[in-house]
Amino acid sequence: MDATLFLLFAFIAVASAISLVVQTHPISSALSLVGVMVSLAVLYLLLGAEFLAMAQIIVYAGAIMVLFIFVIMLLNAGAERKSAKSPMVKWFGIPLFAVFIGILSYVIQGMLPKTAGVSFGSFTGGAAQEVGRSLFTQYLLPFEVTSVLILIAIIGAIVLARKEI
Amino acid sequence: MPQFPASVPLSWYLLLSAVLFSLGVAGFLFRKNIITVFMSIELMLNAVNLSFIAFSYQFKQVDGQIFSFFVMVVAAAEAAVGLGIILTVYKNRSTLEIDEIDSMKN
Repeated sequence: MDATLFLLFAFIAVASAISLVVQTHPISSALSLVGVMVSLAVLYLLLGAEFLAMAQIIVYAGAIMVLFIFVIMLLNAGAERKSAKSPMVKWFGIPLFAVFIGILSYVIQGMLPKTAGVSFGSFTGGAAQEVGRSLFTQYLLPFEVTSVLILIAIIGAIVLARKEI
Repeated sequence: MPQFPASVPLSWYLLLSAVLFSLGVAGFLFRKNIITVFMSIELMLNAVNLSFIAFSYQFKQVDGQIFSFFVMVVAAAEAAVGLGIILTVYKNRSTLEIDEIDSMKN
């Protein structure tokens, strides 16, 4: 069951990511990115990170993607024009990418120690309670610093949106 | 909580993260539309988050998830400022093609 769910949502994530890179229209890319984010949220659930799965859907697939689609609509961004690709790219691009992924999987397999696999429910430390406790005790200073970061981002966005720049 | 019998090796999660990150890099390098390039960056951030959470599972500690949470916060701030920059660029140059935004070249 775990393996089935993982393979299903990993396939959806990779297919959506390929679609993001291949599509020429930005709005199609944005919808593909939503697909990646939702399937990654399911994978977070399988890894026991319940709070982050919900945050992923609400913050990423909700807020950030709405911002992206809003800007695409506002600028009326059309399909991008085709670029002249060299024949090297056409013939060697995908095989070389496959070779790269193969080498990468070999290295990752070799690096990891042989441990028990990921099974749903064997780590339950990702609920809001544990995340909140860790966030407000051990990581209190970084958490407060992020609020300053967000304040700076708000001010930056307002400055950028003024008329005379 | 019911335990499902079949389990997935941790390396599969890391490999999926690596594949998504590589696709993000490919999109970042090959695309011309500045919004799509920006979305590729978001894809890379998501791939890194998956790695963090997989290691958080492996060590049975919540710290990896906290890092992932901070990545999410930074991504939200980055999206706000980045889209503001895109709007300003479009207002001044009326193009979204990154090839044509080359005023710092000469």
